[in-house]
Amino acid sequence: MKKRVIALAMASAMTLGLLSGCGGKADPTPTPGTSTPVSQGNDGAVTIKIGGIGPITGDVAQYGTATQWGAEIAVEEINALGGPIRFDFKYEDDTGSADTAVSAYNNLKDWAKDAPLVIYGTTTTTPCITVASETNADRYFQLTPSASSPEVVAGKDNVFQMCFTDPYLGTAGAEYLKDKGLGTKYAVIYNNGDAYSTGIAEAFLAKAKELNMDVVTTQTYPDDETADYTVQLTACKDAGADVVFLPIYYTPASLILNQAKQMDYAPLFIGGDGMDGILDMEGFDKSLAEGLLLMTPFSAGAEDERTVNFVSKFQEAHGILPNQFAADGYDCMYAIYEACQQIDGIADMDSAQLCDALSQVFGSGTFAVDGLTGKDMTWLSTGEISKSPLIFKVENGVYVDA
Amino acid sequence: MSFLNNVITGVSLGSIYAIIALGYTMVYGIAKMLNFAHGDVIMVGAYVCFLAMGNSGLPPVVGVLLAVLVCTVLGMVIERLAYKPLRSAPSLAVLITAIGVSYLLQNSAQIFWGAATKTFTPIVSTDPEARLWLVPGQLSISYVAILSVACCVVVMAGLTLFTGKTKMGKAMRACSENKAAAQLMGINVDSTISMTFAIGSALAALAGVLMCSAYPVLSPTTGSLPGIRAFTAAVFGGIGSIPGAFLGGILLGVIETFVKAYISTDLSDAVVFAVLIVVLLVKPSGLLGKYVPEKV
Repeated sequence: MKKRVIALAMASAMTLGLLSGCGGKADPTPTPGTSTPVSQGNDGAVTIKIGGIGPITGDVAQYGTATQWGAEIAVEEINALGGPIRFDFKYEDDTGSADTAVSAYNNLKDWAKDAPLVIYGTTTTTPCITVASETNADRYFQLTPSASSPEVVAGKDNVFQMCFTDPYLGTAGAEYLKDKGLGTKYAVIYNNGDAYSTGIAEAFLAKAKELNMDVVTTQTYPDDETADYTVQLTACKDAGADVVFLPIYYTPASLILNQAKQMDYAPLFIGGDGMDGILDMEGFDKSLAEGLLLMTPFSAGAEDERTVNFVSKFQEAHGILPNQFAADGYDCMYAIYEACQQIDGIADMDSAQLCDALSQVFGSGTFAVDGLTGKDMTWLSTGEISKSPLIFKVENGVYVDA
Repeated sequence: MSFLNNVITGVSLGSIYAIIALGYTMVYGIAKMLNFAHGDVIMVGAYVCFLAMGNSGLPPVVGVLLAVLVCTVLGMVIERLAYKPLRSAPSLAVLITAIGVSYLLQNSAQIFWGAATKTFTPIVSTDPEARLWLVPGQLSISYVAILSVACCVVVMAGLTLFTGKTKMGKAMRACSENKAAAQLMGINVDSTISMTFAIGSALAALAGVLMCSAYPVLSPTTGSLPGIRAFTAAVFGGIGSIPGAFLGGILLGVIETFVKAYISTDLSDAVVFAVLIVVLLVKPSGLLGKYVPEKV
């Protein structure tokens, strides 16, 4: 009997867990534009709900938690300012998958029945493409901190990006190498199971061809974090490549640097913004990254007042250094805040009207924001951001300007 | 020379698959269930070793022993709580439970240790100097690879002897053939299966430490993909067969490396799994598996 009670208790606990995971589907299609107008507090400030979506569990959770934490710091600051606009922030988990992201989005719509809603997210590209077409149909303004494929914003007037698009980084990488005269023979190793990595690599290869750069080999690997890269590195070494372009995330990159060292191969490695964070991996031997170049919009080591303030708050709250994803999240909140201030009559708007107004401000071409990830950032009417990457070099375990 | 280098790379990768596959095959061979949580026990083992060595500064040997101890207990607890109540349930129910346990372990690891990837400190040095040079400057084997191949062979020999010669081993084989009949012969089926899980999980801990020493990244999902590949290796070699798991693992590693080196890095997985399909079409029980006809 006792056993049965325990089994029942466990079974019901598990069932509850399951239900809470996929809830919110009860009301999937509230008619667009029916939410009540902006709620006004006693002091006349208007409150806008920011619904964040991103992976806080699952194998890309480190990116989702970073974008969540970065945004939370900004929301706290904005609300403390006591200005005319306040944010009410809620973050939902999408585990990095498209179908969970849609449930999360539906949850947020239910949550924001009484106030206008702006969607912040999603962190990764694949779910973001799905959610973006939903918000486009339902008329919610959407700003993603880090979903970098051009497909995220393509054909949607209400979706904007805070990060570079993938092709932009590839093109910038090739131009930088050519301009500085770095290397004579180039190789690329990328993850052909990942849209981010493939997007950058293809743009890099196209630009390299245009600039007559000698790309001696292109190597790929499947989406598998504990892979062996010896074969790919041997191919680069045998082809005589003196620059290896790595448009990949830092986890596989740490393995590649490690294995290259084991085979005594020391070309110049250059990576994109996905490489940011490699120095903060617990247990990582920083000497492996010596000389590594990376293109990223943010460095936690920068000494301007805003970055220092952000980094210290982030570190105090979470015990680790913020990366580029956290900084993009922080900038998203300020961008929305500043855009809201340019809208007349915001107090009477519902979600759909706010969506149109915000899209107009962001897409105007004249709306510029200073943030942690760039000065004077503007947006194209397509939704892509216009800001230039900073190029850093790793020296003695820290980023320095390259 | 590059051919021999590729052989060495393949065998080192294969030995990691093999040592995981041995745990899979051990549990399958005796308990007749696919323990999909095996890959995640590997991850737990690697974390325990990482924490013991990194945070507490214990020597590698103690780290490995601690990992083996924790995983052995964990394996027995999982078996007792999740699988034993389902002993008479259809095998599909057990399979789904195993997948559930796998997710439970992954997400618990994420709560305890965070989602961020950590760099594992190898238990033996992986410096460029710490290698055995067969041909100076051209052909070398890392000590980690030597250690994992050696572990694999020792474990395989040990398991073969254990199941073949000891009393407990005989009990295991009896349970594997027919649980009800074994029970009638006075064999304690529960403790035999519990023992099987203890051994399987101890092997998982060892595999975790070796895998993370060879490929030093560690995250809550570290075990899942290698787990699936090792499962493939076990099926390839003949699931339930101990030498089969070893052979399957090594072959899988070598084929994967050769395809990457000589055909295309894009196609490596496609070709590996195509080979698997062909082998299973020709020999449905795997390379060294025994074909057991169902008696009606």
